[in-house]
Amino acid sequence: MMHVRLSAVSLRFRHVWFRNFTTYRRIWKVNFFVPLFEPAFYIMAFGLGFSGLIGGVDYGGMRLEYTQFMAPALVATACMWNSFFETTYASFVRMYYQKTFDGILATPLSLEEVIIAEIVWAASKASAAVAIMLAVLVSIGYANFPEALMCIPLAFLAGLAFASIGMFFTGIIPTIDMFNLPIFLFITPMFLFSGTFFPVSSIPDWAGIFSLLFPLFHLVELTRLFCIGTMESSITFNLTYLVACILVFGYLALRVMKRRIIK
Amino acid sequence: MNIIEARNLVKKFDDFTAVDSISFGVDRGQFFGILGPNGAGKTSAVRMIYGFSPITSGNMEVFGLDINTDWRTIRSRLGVCQQENTLDPDLTVEQNLWLYARYFEMDKKKARERAGDLLLFFALKNKRQAKVMELSGGLARRLQLARALMAETELLILDEPTTGLDPQSRHQVWDRLFELKKRGLTMILTTHYMDEAEVLCDRIIILDHGRIIAEGRPAGLIEKHAGKSVIEIKVPSEELKAFVREKGLKHDDLGELIIIYAEKHDHELEKVVRERFCMDSCLFRSGNLEDVFLRLTGRELRE
Repeated sequence: MMHVRLSAVSLRFRHVWFRNFTTYRRIWKVNFFVPLFEPAFYIMAFGLGFSGLIGGVDYGGMRLEYTQFMAPALVATACMWNSFFETTYASFVRMYYQKTFDGILATPLSLEEVIIAEIVWAASKASAAVAIMLAVLVSIGYANFPEALMCIPLAFLAGLAFASIGMFFTGIIPTIDMFNLPIFLFITPMFLFSGTFFPVSSIPDWAGIFSLLFPLFHLVELTRLFCIGTMESSITFNLTYLVACILVFGYLALRVMKRRIIK
Repeated sequence: MNIIEARNLVKKFDDFTAVDSISFGVDRGQFFGILGPNGAGKTSAVRMIYGFSPITSGNMEVFGLDINTDWRTIRSRLGVCQQENTLDPDLTVEQNLWLYARYFEMDKKKARERAGDLLLFFALKNKRQAKVMELSGGLARRLQLARALMAETELLILDEPTTGLDPQSRHQVWDRLFELKKRGLTMILTTHYMDEAEVLCDRIIILDHGRIIAEGRPAGLIEKHAGKSVIEIKVPSEELKAFVREKGLKHDDLGELIIIYAEKHDHELEKVVRERFCMDSCLFRSGNLEDVFLRLTGRELRE
C-alpha cells in the first residue's frame, strides 16, 4: 500500500477536480484579470522600451519584430506559472493547513486519485488562463487565428508537466516558505533561458543545451509554431519531451506524496 | 457477523511499534470505545480500520471484507469524523456536504435531501449558507459529524469528537450520538475523556504502549479495576495508613491523598472513616472510568 498502485486509479478523481473548481469559482472573476492584462503590460513595456534597442529578431527563417517574437512566449510562461503555483502553494495549503486530503482519504478515493486530480486541475487552470490570453493576443494581431487555438490543448499538456514537477516539490518540501528554492533556482532560470526573451539559436551551443532540458523551452517552441507559424525545433521532439516529463515527474510526485501523507 | 474483526493487528513506523498485536471485534449496533493515554496507539488503530494507514501485519476485516483489498467498498459504507477539522473553509456549510456526497458518487438530488435532513438533525439548518470559516468550534464539529454521515453510513468512526469543545457543545454532541445509537448505528470512539467513554460506550478497550491492557463494559471495568464506591482522604494520617493496611483495603497511596476502593457501598467502612479519619476533608463518591484508567496506565505524565 505504500507503493504507487495503478489499481487505485479510477475516474473518481474527477470529484476532487470538481471540488477545486467549486472553490475556485468563487474567486475566478478577480483572478481572470491577471491573464487579461499581463500580456498587455509586457507588450507595452517591451514594445515601447525595448524595440528602440533591438531592431528585430531572426527566428525560424523569419524576420520578426521583438514584440512579435516575445508574445507567444508570454502564453507559454503563463501556462508554467499557473500550473506550477497551483500544485505548489495551493496544493500545499490544501494538504497541510486545510487537511483537505486527509478528509478525502476517509471516502472511497485513493491518494493516487487525489494527486492526479490536483495535477489535472492545475493543468485545466493553466489552459483557461492561456485561452484568455490568446483572446487578447489574437485581437491585437500577435497570434494567428485559428491556429493559435491549438495552444489551449497544448497548455493543458504542458500544464500537466509543470504541475507534476510542482507536486513533486510539494511532496518533499518541509515548510511552505521553502518553495522559494525551486522557484528561484529552477523556475526563474527556466523562465529566462527557455528561448522566451531571445532565440536559443543566438546563444552559444553549450548554453543552448541547457535550454533543451527545460520543459518550458519545448512549450515555447510549440507555442510559437501555433501563434506565428514558425519554430526552430521539431514538433515530435518537443511533444515527446513534455510527455516524458509528465510520466517521470507524475510518477515521482505520486511516490513522494504517498510517503508524505500515508503513515 | 461482526462489523469489525481485527486480529493480531500490528502497526510499525520504522522501528517504533505504535500498535503491538491487538485483536478486537465490534458487533452491529455497538458503541465501542478505544481509550488510552497520548501516544498509546488509538489513532493508529483507528486509521487502520478505514484503510488510511496500511497494516504492518495482522488482519482487519470490516463488514466481513478485507481492508487491504476491499478498501473502496468498505470506505463507501463508513463515515469518519477525524480529530482535526478537515472541512473546506472556503465553502458554505451545505456545499461541504454536497461535495462530500460526490466522493461517494451519490446522486445530486439524494445528496441535497440527505444534507437537508442532516443539517436539521445537527441543528445547523439556519447556518446552511454560512461559510465554514465563520463557524465556531462546536458548529464546525457538528458539521463534520453531519458530513461523516452523508453516505448512508453503517459505521461511524469518531476520533476524539469533543476535544476542544465547550461543555454545552460537548453535551449537544453527546445528545446527537445517543440519538444515532438509538437508531442502531455502530460507532467507534477514541477519547481521553473518561466521562465521555463511560456515558457513551457499551464496551471499551484501554490501550497502552500499543497493547490492550483491559477490555469490557465500563461498569464491569470499574468494579474489577477500581471499586463501586470510592473514598478520597486528603492529608492522610499515619493512623489511617495503618488502618487501611490492617483491613487489607484496596487503595492507592499518593502521599498527600489516599484513595480507598470498595466493592460495594460499604456503610460500615464509610462510617468508620468518616468518624475516625476525616479531620480535614474526605470525598465519598462512586468509582468511575478515570479511576480504572489511572490505576492501569499510571499517574506519570506521558509526554
